[in-house]
Amino acid sequence: MDSFSQLFQLFITGVTVGSIYAMVAVGFNMIYNTTDVVNFAQGEFVMLGGLVMVSLHATFGIAMPLAFFLTVAIVTGVGIAFERLTIHPLKKPSLVTLVLITIAVSFLLRGIAMFVWGKDSHPLPAFSGEKPILLWGAAILPQTLWIVGVVLVLVFFLTYFFNFTLLGKAFRATAINKEAASLMGIDVKKVVLFSFAMSAAIGAVAGMIITPITLIEYDRGPMFGIKGFCAAILGGIGNSGGAVVAGLVIGILESFGAGLLSSGYKDAMAFLVMLLILFFRPGGLLGKYEIE
Amino acid sequence: MGNDYKALVLLAIGLAIFPWVVANPYYISVLVFVGIHALLAMGLTLLLGFAGQLSLCQAAFFGIGAYTSGVLTARFGINPWLAMGMAMGFTGGVSVLLGTPALKLRGHYLAMATLGFGEIVNIVLKEWVDLTGGPSGLTGIPRLVLAGTKFDTEVKYYFLVWPIVLAVMIFLLHLVRSRVGRALQALNRSEQAAEVMGIPVSAYKIKTFLLSAVLSSLAGSLYAHFITVISPESYSIVFSLMILVMVIVGGMGSFWGSLIGAFVMTILPEYLRMFEDWDIIIYGMILLFILMFMPKGLVFVIQSPLKKTLKRLGAISLFGR
Repeated sequence: MDSFSQLFQLFITGVTVGSIYAMVAVGFNMIYNTTDVVNFAQGEFVMLGGLVMVSLHATFGIAMPLAFFLTVAIVTGVGIAFERLTIHPLKKPSLVTLVLITIAVSFLLRGIAMFVWGKDSHPLPAFSGEKPILLWGAAILPQTLWIVGVVLVLVFFLTYFFNFTLLGKAFRATAINKEAASLMGIDVKKVVLFSFAMSAAIGAVAGMIITPITLIEYDRGPMFGIKGFCAAILGGIGNSGGAVVAGLVIGILESFGAGLLSSGYKDAMAFLVMLLILFFRPGGLLGKYEIE
Repeated sequence: MGNDYKALVLLAIGLAIFPWVVANPYYISVLVFVGIHALLAMGLTLLLGFAGQLSLCQAAFFGIGAYTSGVLTARFGINPWLAMGMAMGFTGGVSVLLGTPALKLRGHYLAMATLGFGEIVNIVLKEWVDLTGGPSGLTGIPRLVLAGTKFDTEVKYYFLVWPIVLAVMIFLLHLVRSRVGRALQALNRSEQAAEVMGIPVSAYKIKTFLLSAVLSSLAGSLYAHFITVISPESYSIVFSLMILVMVIVGGMGSFWGSLIGAFVMTILPEYLRMFEDWDIIIYGMILLFILMFMPKGLVFVIQSPLKKTLKRLGAISLFGR
């Protein structure tokens, strides 16, 4: 394998994981924009998505397309229950309390997942065959194309949603100023609920599409969560377009770091980049303004 | 302050009696861990509860302390007490280097910067195998020796750790009631207003960060010399979150809260072990319950009955005044 195809292979791997980080980051932003809460349980949605899909498809034998939508529905239900049972009932909670509640929920979800699915890694067949496509000396799994396709669809959908639908505009208004939004007749509480539901749905999809490549187990959530958060910071928190680009950048950096430097330090790359961004460009890579 | 001292005397008496009442070394060692965790929780309480700065890298400072002590003593044969001091100095230096840029950030950004730093430290501890022993751990850390006494049993270590914890507690209780403490509370409310009042805000934030890092490092050194084998997974983000949980569960506005939080969150996992795989679920539920129904922490739930008891004790002038 010559060096170009090796680099290209690393690039492909980077795009694959980076897409997942991007989706987690988008989910983070969704909740952050409407509540100012950093949801530490975001990675848990990804884990649940993967595991529920494994059960529905591999254990119960439900056809993949149906299992896909059922999984989205189930994990979205978990997201809704999360908001309704823990965030919604509180009167004037402090931000730290809310963030810690998401930590507690992540423990709870991880515990339940361990109980239901055990500690083993679970495989899932690829959506359309395992035969790699050869391009410029690099092997591309069909699943990678699915992942890239899903991210593209997500970007398209979000752009449409935030710019051309009433609910999307209500989201943006809420993100800018909650009080003003509620004065304009927007039901902010409902927007918050929707943000948890959508965030969980995006997480579930991310979990389902990555599982055929990386397998999934109950304690994978925090790693996805933290990397996704790095991406959210890098893209400028709250900025969904930035999150997608940043997720890909982190994935590619990590992949090149692991392939060319040292695989042990690959996780440090994402964090180092994040620190440098925070210290020197706190508005994010694509951010236009300084944070306070 | 009067009530604090009465409570401290009661606590000291209780702690001094405990090993004679319960001779089981397992319980004693759990209480040693409570003391070590209390140091960590008090450091974070000062930073979060008083200065309003959220740090998610306390476990990293704990780890730097433990590993500096461990490496200097086990590999280079340096005197453990000297190594402990060097560890505190080194951790303090690192905290200033990190804090100077990081403390300019606020809220989630500071939390994420410290979290990122914590992860980097953890990865370095795992990967720098030549120095740290890597994931399999660093072994052969010597016991502490003071004036001919070797601290090699749980009970001896217990009587080393707790006086340190109480001394730190007294120091911090005085600190937050001093000019410094009032300055911290002012900058917690509003940095701009504090700055206008002539408080050097960024210097105070960095010094507080430094103090909390040094306390964590001290806790780390004490931990290393107690268990004598250290491995990187004890210093991950999970443990940083656990320290935060201790602070919140106890009540982040009070050092008594840190003590209670350290006690509850150290005992609870030990106790939950008997539920085996159910423990994460139960743990999550207890945490959720405390956060949702007593957001000010356990200290506020038990404070008023405790105050009454202390008042009654004061009335019969057990401690004078």
